Amino acid sequence: MVDLPERPDALQTPRVGVDEWVAAHEERVGRRTGLPGLIERGWNWLPPFGKLAVCVVPAALLPLLMSEENLARYAVYTLFYALMGLGLNIVVGFSGLLDLGYIAFVGFGAYGYGILASTQFGNHWQAELAIPVVTVATAILGLLVGLPSRRLVGDYLAIVTLFFGQAFVVFVNNANRISFPHFGHVDLTGGANGLANIDPLNLFGYHVSSTRQYYYVALIAFALLVSALYFANESRTGRAWRALREDPLAAESMTIPVNRLKLMAFAFGAGVAGFTGAIYGSFQTGAFPGDYDVGLLITIYAVVILGGTGSLAGVALGAIIINCAPELLRSQHDASLLFYGVILVTILAKVRPWRLCAAFLAALVGFGFAVHAIADAAWPRLTAGHAQASGFLKGPIEAWVLLPRHPVKIADFAYVILIAAILLVTQLHGWRRLAVLVPTLYLAAMVWENLLVGQTAGATRLILLGALLVALMNARPQGLLGTARVEIV
Amino acid sequence: MSERARLLDLRGVDKSFGGLRVIADLDLHVDEGEIVSVIGPNGAGKTTLFNLITGIFRPDSGDIVLDGDSIVGLYPHQITSRGVARTFQTLRLFLNMTVKENVMAAQYGRTRSTVFEAMLRLPRARREEREIARVAEEKLAFFGNRLMGYRWNQPAYSLSYANRRRLEIARAMATEPRILLLDEPAAGMNPSETHEITELIGKLRAEGGHTILVIEHDMHVVEGISDRVVALDHGEKIAEGTFEQVATDPRVEEAYLGPRHTRAK
Repeated sequence: MVDLPERPDALQTPRVGVDEWVAAHEERVGRRTGLPGLIERGWNWLPPFGKLAVCVVPAALLPLLMSEENLARYAVYTLFYALMGLGLNIVVGFSGLLDLGYIAFVGFGAYGYGILASTQFGNHWQAELAIPVVTVATAILGLLVGLPSRRLVGDYLAIVTLFFGQAFVVFVNNANRISFPHFGHVDLTGGANGLANIDPLNLFGYHVSSTRQYYYVALIAFALLVSALYFANESRTGRAWRALREDPLAAESMTIPVNRLKLMAFAFGAGVAGFTGAIYGSFQTGAFPGDYDVGLLITIYAVVILGGTGSLAGVALGAIIINCAPELLRSQHDASLLFYGVILVTILAKVRPWRLCAAFLAALVGFGFAVHAIADAAWPRLTAGHAQASGFLKGPIEAWVLLPRHPVKIADFAYVILIAAILLVTQLHGWRRLAVLVPTLYLAAMVWENLLVGQTAGATRLILLGALLVALMNARPQGLLGTARVEIV
Repeated sequence: MSERARLLDLRGVDKSFGGLRVIADLDLHVDEGEIVSVIGPNGAGKTTLFNLITGIFRPDSGDIVLDGDSIVGLYPHQITSRGVARTFQTLRLFLNMTVKENVMAAQYGRTRSTVFEAMLRLPRARREEREIARVAEEKLAFFGNRLMGYRWNQPAYSLSYANRRRLEIARAMATEPRILLLDEPAAGMNPSETHEITELIGKLRAEGGHTILVIEHDMHVVEGISDRVVALDHGEKIAEGTFEQVATDPRVEEAYLGPRHTRAK
């Protein structure tokens, strides 16, 4: 016979009464202070629709402030990326299925809309009919792709879906001469030339044609989709998706039909992709095979991962960064500001204590002026060039950075040495790292001014964007708004 | 005891992995409202038995009957929906979901609203959602204040080991099972927690109304809770009866301690 406890409620009281204190303490320590903390608490305090309004209301005012061209470049594409990201987020974020064929569903939506509303077959369906038809058809396609893949997990699912994505590209590239019995040759997709002349959206007789109108259509679609997905995520289905992402076997043992839910996730993701693809295709007034290839897939994955997989607000933030950062970097001035700004902020944030930080900055500036003075005295040709920068940066840069009269060859050498120096810096620690960092940063500035700044529209912005992404991922591996997942404890 | 209805009945169940016969011609039954313990040395096939009952494995031959209907060949989620819930020996919580969400997720099979209803916030979805939250809170309250209050919104990975075991039981209870399969509920617990688990299993039957089949190594727990004890070795039932009968059975002694002549005096 087991002993009875001394008090009837003795077993109810935690023996070690510190659990709650530890939890509260962790929360106190983890809580941010200052402005970021205020923003975070304010954001968490908002009800769901409040959060949506905070994002959508300023966005609705954007067209009043921007030209049509800027609106298309910055805002409309951001919205399309966000819409595509929302669909991918269902599959990858909510249910944890690695779907690498996702972009094919977007392409299917665009081509589907093109077939229903373009000069290709002379169909000119109303958008309020064509978009639902395309959405449902894409969802069914998603279901069909999911059917054979539903037992696959991880790498195998990735391979099969990647194959599907590539097969789609090959198909649309070659589906201009499909021969059907009775019909003869049918040009379904326009082959490599794609489908041109896709109709603008015709919603209940209202023609959506200008960029501004497309922006509002996409914004409304985004707002509706985000609220729908928010409620889906909070429902029994959303919880079941997350449960199967965490542990499929346990989920199956807890009354959750894992296979059916995987198919549902596939179909929903595909449906959102098809819906977005239809609007996207009509905005682009065409659908071309190259548009729906691996490039766009990687972009959308970057949107979802950068924002934080599983987070709806993260998808929006990721889309803004992924779309707007490369566009902003097209301008030399902006790119220069970003380049020097990021270096300065990183030094200020990472070098501690403050005295060391100040000494480091002084050393960096002093090193530059010293090198410049020596070069000026010994080989005047090395400083005879002119900075491409304009505005307030021009003066200091010309006095600090070496600008040879004929920069091409010297800059190329400097570039190679710079890469070697960066590799060296990553291998050093402590004061040695800081000591080597001084000439490395100076060299970076020199390479930047002489070589990279001239090509901001091309390779440079991709290099910068890559560096930015590497830095962000190091700082927050779970994505900007994602929550870090714990696998084993 | 014989007047009670048979809730779970295994008839001549066989299971082999390759050439290894893990469960051999096993007959086992659990009556309504009974607490049955399964004991046996490591590798005796106890967890495989649970995997067979819950549909994770399919028996090679034999039949498993739940309340008159065979459940062989059904998917695990169907079997759980019919009233067989389990906990896992190696804890398998949804670690990155909150404590409350873990229990809410297990009510999927009891609810019917579709994802479209949830997206549009239709009345049925909202009603069910309230009901799911209520049931989850009720199940968590079963464990006193261990899993209450501030714990609800903490991720499951932040729980201590003992609390994770409790949460596993709460999650299984949320499927509204008729029979609860507990796989080593006291494993890794300290003596006072083990004591508490013993009380809890009694409470699960008395207040929760569950029939219970439990695998347990701790003989104090087995002694404290069992109406009937079944001993397995190499997949075969070697003894069955009250705790005293099984504990003194020479074959059980042999299975745990080795043949009598090899034992040191």
